[in-house]
Amino acid sequence: MSSFLVKRVLALIPVLLTVSAVVFMIIHFIPGDPAAAMLGSQANEEQLAQMREKMGLNEPLFIQFTLWLSNLLQGDLGSSLVSDQTVLSLIANRLPVTLNLIIYSMTISILIAIPLGVISAVKHNTGLDFASMIIALIGISIPNFWAALLLIMVFALNLGMFPATGYIPVSESLILNIKHLTLPAFSLGFIQAGIITRMTRSSMLDVLRQDYIRTVKAKGASPFTLVFKHALKNAMIPIITIIGINFGLLLGGTIVVESIFSINGIGQLMIQSVLNRDYPVIQGIILVIAAIYVFITLFVDILYTYFDPKIKYSKG
Amino acid sequence: MSTNAIKKPKNFSSSFFAHFKNFSRRKQGIVGLLIITTILLIAIFAPLIAPYDPVDDVNYSNLNGAPSKAHLFGTDEYGRDIFSRVIYGAKVSIQISFITILLSASIGVVMGLISGFFGGFIDVLIMRLVDGLMSFPPLLFAIALMAAFGSSIKNIILALAIVYTPMFARLIRGCVLSIKEKEYIDSIKVMGGSNIRILFKHILPNCVSPLLIQMTTYFAYAILAEASLSFLGLGVPQPEPSWGNILYDGRQYMIDSPWITIFPGIAIGITVLGLNLLGDGLRDYLDPNLD
Repeated sequence: MSSFLVKRVLALIPVLLTVSAVVFMIIHFIPGDPAAAMLGSQANEEQLAQMREKMGLNEPLFIQFTLWLSNLLQGDLGSSLVSDQTVLSLIANRLPVTLNLIIYSMTISILIAIPLGVISAVKHNTGLDFASMIIALIGISIPNFWAALLLIMVFALNLGMFPATGYIPVSESLILNIKHLTLPAFSLGFIQAGIITRMTRSSMLDVLRQDYIRTVKAKGASPFTLVFKHALKNAMIPIITIIGINFGLLLGGTIVVESIFSINGIGQLMIQSVLNRDYPVIQGIILVIAAIYVFITLFVDILYTYFDPKIKYSKG
Repeated sequence: MSTNAIKKPKNFSSSFFAHFKNFSRRKQGIVGLLIITTILLIAIFAPLIAPYDPVDDVNYSNLNGAPSKAHLFGTDEYGRDIFSRVIYGAKVSIQISFITILLSASIGVVMGLISGFFGGFIDVLIMRLVDGLMSFPPLLFAIALMAAFGSSIKNIILALAIVYTPMFARLIRGCVLSIKEKEYIDSIKVMGGSNIRILFKHILPNCVSPLLIQMTTYFAYAILAEASLSFLGLGVPQPEPSWGNILYDGRQYMIDSPWITIFPGIAIGITVLGLNLLGDGLRDYLDPNLD
């Protein structure tokens, strides 16, 4: 196990290096002069020269990258061109809000999806199975921002059950926090729930067909023990994988949903930075999010060993 | 034994119908195919179907008008016909997604074939790049790229193609690896088959099924991604209609004129649903491991 961990962590180095190279290259994808793109058309030659100097754009590309990387390794992501705050502090302020929303949304979708998928597999080829699959299919086909708009229309504007916008931190009030995040979490959660339901169903169907399940049945295990103790635990690996992968999807989807519900998380910060052409912040955000995503994948790999003790990784 | 003897081509039309008959047993796939065909036809014949011009037919006496006989889906903030905009939006959204998928699949296939077949240093190089690119959440990465490129239809295609290419490269590499060790590939090598011939004539055809399934799935993702980008104001520039930017327009009139938001959303939902059904049908039909 520990040698697996060491190997797995070492394998992250080239990935993170590629990620940082891609992030670094983003400002060089700007057609024309990046300094002009950041300052807008009113900038004079002197300001442009200053900006190029500040961004180190006069150096050869490789030197620029080395400098950028060494700053990065010291935890310096630069500072915002608009507010002069450091990129890291901007992200650190907003990240908890986004994570709060994502975790809430993930919880909702898992609570809906796993039971739905299990029922669907256990009642394979019945009306119940068909109905859950239709629900799941609709879930993965609705764009989350459209779901958000409809939820606001119905539950906030017409019924007044939930607030349409805003965010209250857990530290102020847990109830208000949940109230404010319910609609955004559901809008984000529909697609997740659809995907997880489908994966749970197919993975459970695979497991339920296996010989040992028949043996367990023959030994007289109750349906509950059979499904939850013997089948679901073994069906968890693909489900966990898809949940892990979807975390990345949520980190992307939250941008649109945060902007609709005016939640001041990473997504809003990203949109504002794109509109302000605040490239250091844009680079910082996608770097941090990609790094989080890479570590989630690592965590998912480690979780496998719990759900399938056969996977020891010592030889691999 | 010549390779021709192994794969004697049947009469194309009869084998096509046999395939179709087999495929039509999967009802959901057929429903998906019907939905997608209808939407493609709508996109192609948009100028004939749309009763008004989506951009120029401005009518200041009927701003944000409710659905009526003259305007089935109502009108928007400039009095433009939403029905016509949704029809033309199909054309724009489908075109963008289709070209995106074609582009990323083509580049991804070449990268995957090279990486899987030749192995060694080139494989490590390509796979490191693929791993790196796949570490970004797709939509977030596309937004960052659009921030650099600037918003235009060409740039959306470019950004989404950069995001999706690695997924295709990884899929094809996996497929190549599983096939290249098979005995018949060795015997073709012994008989003097060139690498190019082996790659394109003997390996790639075996990867067509997973490729088709993945292309259908990613077509749906591309539709959603384009809509999200346009909805954020980073995608298709106004006044050209795309499903996403009609929604973007409608967002501020949600309370009084909900039809501006409802209809393009339904269009996106139905298209993505059709693609998902088609993808599921194809998977059932092409993947012999499933029943």
